[in-house]
Amino acid sequence: MALVKNGELVESSFVDVSAAEAIPPTGAVIVSFTQWQAQRDALLARGTPLGIRLHSDQAPEVIAADLPHFAVVALEFPKFRDGRAYSYARLLRERYGYKGELRAVGDVLLEQLFFMLRTGFDAFEITSADPLRDYQIALADFSVWYQPAADGRPTAMQLRHRK
Amino acid sequence: MYRYDEFDERFVHERVTQFRRQVQRRLKGELTEDQFRPLRLMNGLYLQLHAYMLRINVPYGTLSSKQMRKFAYIARTYDKNYGHFTTRQNIQYNWIKLEQTPDILKHLADVEVTGIQSSGNCVRNITSDQYAGRAKDELADPRIYCELLRQYSFLHPEFSYLPRKFKIAVTGSPNDRAAVAVHDIGLRMHKNEQGEIGFEVLVGGGLGRTPYIGQTIRKWLAPEHLLSYVESILRIYNMQGRRDNIHKARIKIIVNQMGIDKYRELVDQDWEFTKNGVLKVPDEEVARINAYFAAPTYEKLADQTAALTKLRAGDKAFDRWLRGNVIEHKVPGYAIVNLSLKAPGKAPGDITADKMDAVADLADRYSLGEIRVSHRQNLVFVDVKQSELYELWHKLVDLELATPNLGLLTDIICCPGLDFCALANARSIPIAQDISRAFTDLDELQKIGQFTINISGCMNACGHHHVGHIGILGVDKRNEEFFQLTLGGSSDQRASLGDRLGPGLPQSEIPAAIRKIVDTYLVVREQGERFLDTYRRIGIEPFKRAVYGDQSQAA
Repeated sequence: MALVKNGELVESSFVDVSAAEAIPPTGAVIVSFTQWQAQRDALLARGTPLGIRLHSDQAPEVIAADLPHFAVVALEFPKFRDGRAYSYARLLRERYGYKGELRAVGDVLLEQLFFMLRTGFDAFEITSADPLRDYQIALADFSVWYQPAADGRPTAMQLRHRK
Repeated sequence: MYRYDEFDERFVHERVTQFRRQVQRRLKGELTEDQFRPLRLMNGLYLQLHAYMLRINVPYGTLSSKQMRKFAYIARTYDKNYGHFTTRQNIQYNWIKLEQTPDILKHLADVEVTGIQSSGNCVRNITSDQYAGRAKDELADPRIYCELLRQYSFLHPEFSYLPRKFKIAVTGSPNDRAAVAVHDIGLRMHKNEQGEIGFEVLVGGGLGRTPYIGQTIRKWLAPEHLLSYVESILRIYNMQGRRDNIHKARIKIIVNQMGIDKYRELVDQDWEFTKNGVLKVPDEEVARINAYFAAPTYEKLADQTAALTKLRAGDKAFDRWLRGNVIEHKVPGYAIVNLSLKAPGKAPGDITADKMDAVADLADRYSLGEIRVSHRQNLVFVDVKQSELYELWHKLVDLELATPNLGLLTDIICCPGLDFCALANARSIPIAQDISRAFTDLDELQKIGQFTINISGCMNACGHHHVGHIGILGVDKRNEEFFQLTLGGSSDQRASLGDRLGPGLPQSEIPAAIRKIVDTYLVVREQGERFLDTYRRIGIEPFKRAVYGDQSQAA
C-alpha cells in the first residue's frame, strides 16, 4: 500500500505479515505483538529490519523495552473514532524516546491526519484516492497550536511569552 | 472579560475555514455521514428530529453585549427568531441549515464566539459560576483557569477522539453554583493557610443513565499544575475508558469500576513524567489572562439601603423582585441582577431575537456591557448600580424578564425534550409549562422557599433531573409518556442524587403530584428548612404516601 512518509509518497519497504499465518524467511517485515512474543529470537536472528504492529487495545508499554529492535511501529486505528493510538503515539515519542518510523494504519482519513501528525506519527497509510493531496490539505489547516505535543510545534502560549 | 489575541483570532478563523471544507466534502459525497458526524459535532452541529441544531459556547458563562447582539442576528437571519440557553452555558439554535453553518460560524468567530467542541467525544465547553469575579463569597476568579483549560482543550490532538464526551466545571466559591460534583472533572477552589489558592479535583461525576457524584482524586492541586494533571486524567481515560459500549464509556464508569484509589495511582504514575514539564503554567500567562478579568473601574458608591427600603415599602412587586432576583455584589453600591427566563408558561431558557437585542442594550446601559449565562438557564447582569435598580426593574418587567422566581419552584431547569431532541423519550417543555402555570401565586412561591425542579425528557439527563430537589424524568412506556419523580437531589457543595418516588405518572397528574409534595413539606417543615433539608430529615415515605396514597407499598 502507498505510504505518505515525511510528506512524500513512497512504497513501504516492509511487508506487513502481522495477519499472515507464516512469516516469509527473508526481507523486512512488520509482525504482530503475538508473533513477536512467540518468535522473538528467530526474528532477531534474521538480521533484517523489523517492524511491529499494535492493535488499539495494546498499549506500547508492552514493547517499551524492545523498541531498539524496531525500525517501524505501526499503530492501528480500527475505526477513525478510536482515539487510543493518539495517546500511544505520544508515549512512544515523548516517554519511551522512540525515534523510528511511527506509522498510522487502519482507518486513516484526511480529517484526522492533523491530530496524528501532532501526536508523533510520521508515516500514514491513508485510505484515499489521493493520499498526498490529503496530507497536504491536512497540514495546511492550522498555523496556531494550543497544546504542546510530540511534534514540537510552538504553542500559542510559548509564542506569546517568547523572550 | 477575555479578548482574543492574534493567536486566538487566527485559530478560530482557521477552524471555520476547515469546517467549510468539511461541509463541502460532505455535500460532494467525499465524506460519508458516519465520517462527517464527529466533525460536525465538534463544531456544535447536531442532527435533530426536524432540522440541524447548532450549539454555541458561552465560555464559562461570560458574554458581551456585542456577542448577544450577534446571537440575535443569527436567530433572525438563520433560524426562527429565537434561541435556547442550556444547562451547559451554551445557546442552541433549532432550525439550522447545514450549508449555512460555516457562514454562521464565521459571523460568530468575528465576535470571538465558537461552537468548537460544544459536542462530540472531546472536552466540552468549560463551565463555571455565573457570578464569577463578582460574588462576595468567592476566593478568586475561576475564569482565569477556565480560559487556560479552554485553550488547552481546543483541538487537543490526543484527546479529540475520547471514548465519550468530557465535561469540566470550575468553582471559585465554597457555595458551588457550577454543579462541579456532577462533571467528569470538577475543580473546587480552596485557600491554604498561606493564603494561596489551589484546587480540589473531583473526577467521575456525571448524570445520564448511570449517575454518580464525583470523587476527590486530589485534595490540593497548585494552579501551575492544572494542565498537566488534567492531561494525565484524560490520558488514562483515553487509553482505558470503555469503547465497546457507548452507555459505559464515560470516565465515571471506569473510575467506579477500578475504584478511585486505583485511578489516582494511574494518574499519579503518568503525572510524575509531566508535572514539571512544558505544561507547567507560567506566571506570565496567568497574569496575561488575569488582566482581562480584572474588575472594571467601579464608581465610589455607598450602599443604597435606605433609598431601596423606601422604594420597596411603596412597591410590593419591586420588593419581591429585589428579594428574589437581586443578590449582593462584592463592591458597595452595586448589585447582581438575575434575569429570569422562566416566565409562566414559557419554555425555560428560550429567548427571542428581539429580547436578546433588548438585553444587550440594557447590559450596555446598566451593567457595563456584560451578560452572564447560568447553568440554571437564566441570564445575569453582574454590575448594576443599586441606584438604578428600580429603573432597570421596570424595563425588565416590560420584557417579561423580571419574574421574581430565582431559586424558587418555578425556576425550572428543562431540556428541549421530544419537541426538538432526537434522543428524547418524552416531552419536557410542556411539563415545565404546566407546573409554572399551576404555581403562579408569587406569595405562595416565596412561602415555599428555595426549590429546584429539574426536568429531562430522557435518561441522558440534560435537564439534570437527578440533582433537582424534585427531578422529573420522561419515559416512554408502550408509546405513552410517563414521568418519574425523584426527590432529594442537589448539585451544590453537598451534592446528592434524588431517590425515586414511585411509578411514573401521566403528564396530567404532574402538577397535582408536585402540589401534594409541596403541601406535605409545608406541614412538617421546621423553622428555616428548605424542602431539601426537610426531605433529608424525614425521608421519602411521607411524600410517597402523599402522592400514591396507601397503595404506595405496592410500588
